[in-house]
Amino acid sequence: MSAATPVLELKGITKRFPGIVANDSISLKLNKGEIHALLGENGAGKSTLMNIVFGLYQPDEGSIEMNGQPVLIDNPNKAIDLGIGMVHQHFKLVEPFTVTENIILGMEPRKGLNLDYKTAAAKIKALSEQYGLKVNPNAKIHDISVGMQQRVEILKTLYRGADILIFDEPTAVLTPQEISELMEIMRRLVNEGKSIILITHKLKEIMQISNVVTIIRRGKVIDTVKTFESSPQELAEKMVGRNVTFKVEKKPAEPKENVLTIDNISAKSKDGVPVLNGLSLNLRAGEILGVAGVDGNGQSELIEAITGLRKVDSGTIKILDKDITNQPPRKVIESGVSHIPEDRHKHGLVLDFSMKENLVLETYYKEPYNKKGFLNYDAIGKQASRLIEQFDVRTPSMDTLARSLSGGNQQKAIIAREIDKNPDLLIAAQPTRGLDVGAIEFVQRQLIAQRDQGKAVLLISFELDEIMNVSDRIVVIYEGKIVGEVYPESTNDQELGLMMAGSTAGGKAHE
Amino acid sequence: MSKLYKIFTGSIVIPLVAIVFGLIVGAIIMLVGGYDPLLAYQSLFEQVFGNLYDFGETLREITPLILTGLAVAFAFRAGLFNIGGEGQFIVGMTAATFVGVKVTGLPSIIHAPLALIAGALCGGLWAAIAGYLKAKRGVNEVITTIMLNWTALYLGNYIVNAFMLPEGMDHSEEIQSTASISIPSLVNFFNDARMHWGMLLAVLASVFFYYFMWKSKQGYELRAVGHNPNAADYAGMNVGRNVVKAMFISGIFAGLAGAVQVLGVFHYQSIMSGSPGIGFDGIAVALIGMNHPFGILLGGSLFGILTYGSAGMSFGAGVPPELIRIVIGSIIFFIAAQGIVRWVLKPLYSKRKKEKVL
Amino acid sequence: MKKTFKLSMVMLLALTVVLAGCGNKKSESNSNAGTEGGKSEVKIGMVTDVGGVNDKSFNQSAWEGLQQMKAEKGVAVEYLQSTKADDYNTNLNKFVKGKYALTWGIGMSLADAVGSVAKQNKDAKLAIIDAEVDQPNVKSVTFAEHEGSFLVGVVAGKMTKTNKIGFVGGVKLPVIERFAAGFAAGVKAVNPNAVVTNNFTGAFDKPDLGKTAAATLYNDGADIIFQAAGGTGTGVFNEALGRAKSGQKVWVIGVDKDQSIEFPDVTLTSMVKRVDEAVKRVSQEVIDGTFKGGHETLTLKDNGVGIADTSSKTVPADVLKIVDEYKEKIISGEIKVPEK
Repeated sequence: MSAATPVLELKGITKRFPGIVANDSISLKLNKGEIHALLGENGAGKSTLMNIVFGLYQPDEGSIEMNGQPVLIDNPNKAIDLGIGMVHQHFKLVEPFTVTENIILGMEPRKGLNLDYKTAAAKIKALSEQYGLKVNPNAKIHDISVGMQQRVEILKTLYRGADILIFDEPTAVLTPQEISELMEIMRRLVNEGKSIILITHKLKEIMQISNVVTIIRRGKVIDTVKTFESSPQELAEKMVGRNVTFKVEKKPAEPKENVLTIDNISAKSKDGVPVLNGLSLNLRAGEILGVAGVDGNGQSELIEAITGLRKVDSGTIKILDKDITNQPPRKVIESGVSHIPEDRHKHGLVLDFSMKENLVLETYYKEPYNKKGFLNYDAIGKQASRLIEQFDVRTPSMDTLARSLSGGNQQKAIIAREIDKNPDLLIAAQPTRGLDVGAIEFVQRQLIAQRDQGKAVLLISFELDEIMNVSDRIVVIYEGKIVGEVYPESTNDQELGLMMAGSTAGGKAHE
Repeated sequence: MSKLYKIFTGSIVIPLVAIVFGLIVGAIIMLVGGYDPLLAYQSLFEQVFGNLYDFGETLREITPLILTGLAVAFAFRAGLFNIGGEGQFIVGMTAATFVGVKVTGLPSIIHAPLALIAGALCGGLWAAIAGYLKAKRGVNEVITTIMLNWTALYLGNYIVNAFMLPEGMDHSEEIQSTASISIPSLVNFFNDARMHWGMLLAVLASVFFYYFMWKSKQGYELRAVGHNPNAADYAGMNVGRNVVKAMFISGIFAGLAGAVQVLGVFHYQSIMSGSPGIGFDGIAVALIGMNHPFGILLGGSLFGILTYGSAGMSFGAGVPPELIRIVIGSIIFFIAAQGIVRWVLKPLYSKRKKEKVL
Repeated sequence: MKKTFKLSMVMLLALTVVLAGCGNKKSESNSNAGTEGGKSEVKIGMVTDVGGVNDKSFNQSAWEGLQQMKAEKGVAVEYLQSTKADDYNTNLNKFVKGKYALTWGIGMSLADAVGSVAKQNKDAKLAIIDAEVDQPNVKSVTFAEHEGSFLVGVVAGKMTKTNKIGFVGGVKLPVIERFAAGFAAGVKAVNPNAVVTNNFTGAFDKPDLGKTAAATLYNDGADIIFQAAGGTGTGVFNEALGRAKSGQKVWVIGVDKDQSIEFPDVTLTSMVKRVDEAVKRVSQEVIDGTFKGGHETLTLKDNGVGIADTSSKTVPADVLKIVDEYKEKIISGEIKVPEK
């Protein structure tokens, strides 16, 4: 550790909430020009700590020092005045406003009575160029990509004179390309003399970018290590507190009959843009088929077409020998299809329903849950407690609202519900998105267990590691069609990456 | 939507405190206006509970408010904002009047229920128009229900005018005595207060609401659609059909309110130059009742007591009836602006929290 | 800072309660003025229709009558405003059950309520304006609006320069049709070339509708409009005032009360309906003990209707003379004014 005075030092920060100690005497030093990663599982206390730094919470014990001077940060404005900026996980932007308008919001520069928009735009442009952000100050927020929006958030903190930037799970919403671009930006920021705290649970990113890692578990600092002296294995074990295997154990697949047969389907978006272009694929029982691809190449539309949420213009979809093309969702479900949706809040759960209500979301109308038009809460409760126990969903009770569970436990509940229907086909879309290491392991094991029971599993993921680790066979989707098929044993990230970018040279052409 | 949702649901404490605040604001305004708030509230109380007649009339006042409140809340539970209680109320009135006046020769036991059902169903169908437009064409139900309010008002006037208006009158013929749902023995007991079976119906409707919404399969679907239409769609529920169904049942409550007013209170329908306002009051009742049927029983009672009691306030303390609307408005304001209530209550809560930690 | 504010909020609330306690004594005397102020034991109550007591029309006129009774005879008077049709019964009952000597229902909308309350309380005395209620303990007072309207029709027929005259009515009720019919007959009698255009707005409480109706008629060339539309009529006056300001010479004929007091610049004359007189007369009967149920129509002859006394300011003497001639003919029965 450097001998210089740290720009930010937390000394013995303790924060208690009713029932739990969120931060238990946490100490941390951030040096100038350093990227300091804060690693921990969901609920470990990372966010609480950063909210204290940003002035949203007051610590019960402990103190904060900046450049050796004790400071009192009792509200976010104070934090901003002290040069601390936060890039939130969920952006706080006004969509119909331009980039400049969003950045100056709350501290509008004035020229007499008028807004001095031009000067502000020029200043933003200069900042953007200095840090290589490539943001157009006059673009409207709803016209720019998620990655760009994040850069606007970064610019916002820089515009307000931040020297310390806190990034809260910055990569959760980004595509792989955007992630590497963000890494570039972060490097540039520290080269220009800024200091960064990076909150994340993604080990890969930490290894790539950070200088120092502080690992937090259950509100306590487990260790602070220099990144180059550590390994992902070590960090992961410190984070979850036990041994972690990255490589998922699995036997070779024993594929049997065709379960899902998609033949040449095409569909258009609402605006008439083709989103599926004669896509064909087949999936056999006892096999996991990974669909690799960059986000926005038709993955969501493919799932919607299979599950009946989107009509196709041509082509057929068959489950076993049953044609389910353009059937309503319930017909598809009853034909033996289960679906772990990409967005669990939007599709997977009714957040304001209790856990037990969510666990019968697709079966409530059947016996024994439905008795002559009335719900049989005894039967529903029995089912719920069985699933909660079997899949280790950590919930205070089955009457708890889904909203109040952690992401990992919400996902477990969905998986429990979908697997319990004993489907022929299990569609898993981004099943590990936003989950921590322990939960990812659990989900992937479940998928493999399903395969071993002879189910067909369709895995759609943007995480190449996941595709490579879990799939038995991989197809690559590009602009609404399958452009190649490979086997994980005989391919590598590079080859897949090329195919995902639209080149078919790498793998064997499909069909 | 989520913000609106938060306004509509919450704990029982908020409405109670909001009511107290509303009364205090009313008192302050009365003081400023030179009236005596204690005397005014005392008169209000006496007006409502002072004698049997007034108590009976208060119940009469409360009845339609509960029903229109249920209408708003039912739609809201399914994620719809039914501003059209007013129109459904009028359509319910008109249908009940029509059956009450035109159908003859039936015994009371058939005629009265028939008129009630006609009113309820027509109110439901009227609301279902907005539901259908929402489901099939994606037209916002707020807009359509507001437009349908006006359509209903003029349609109702037209029907009364064209088919049921006696020479020289500004209201329809009286309904046949067989269609009346007044309860003569109770009317007698309550010294001529207009007591009718609708009061019982309003309570039964709340119970029905509760069982349908939280115990039945269809209620489960409606709630799922209301909370998260995407998830409902994903789970294989027919979102469009549920939207129509929710509006239909919502309209039934409002239509029933109109029907009981005709069959139990007026026994005829007037030519209306403006909306009667009970449908809109239902929005406030639903808010005060936190969109729960039993909350609405209480909310409707409060609203009815304040409205009916306002005559006592003006009589006993000279306070204009407009002032009681300010009190009601303040109560709704404090329920909607829960932040203020929470903020004032915060010291109490944080004290409790601290004790727990220590 | 926050704490201080919160504290002051609590203090404010506490203060309210204290003040409320003090206020109690102070306001007791004036709040009960209506019911305790008079020497006489006779109490008379009145229930307005939804127009309210400040409707610048018959409710207001009736209340003025009662207030005169209070000033002259020392009776106690009180009114209750109805905000919706449900209130009619309960408001009437409030007086009846409070043992008021006489309870007025103002306006034909109260007819059914007065009827049923009278039936349920046979020993109570009630009276109603503008409608006929067939109960032994109810006095019904109506007016021969067509006769008065005939006279203002004569004025309009004589004074129009464009030979186009407008009529703006409220809801198309028989009483309003009487206004229209009498008015048209009056115009025809003195000016067969003049055309009267009727416009029924369908409401008594929508000034905006009155304004649009008036604008249409004036744009069409009419220079005089007779309004019989309650609150809606205010819109007619407002339209006329707007046009008068920009130099256009237009007139309005007022209704029920002498409206030139309120709108002096544009009021040609008013067809007054002496609701106040009727209220005073029947109330006096109660005091004298001569009250009897039944129906009475107040006509030109009874001075129940007529043209406003202030008309001479705007209407030339020769026209008023013709008006007087027609008045005599109507009273003598020589002219029978149509009601439809």
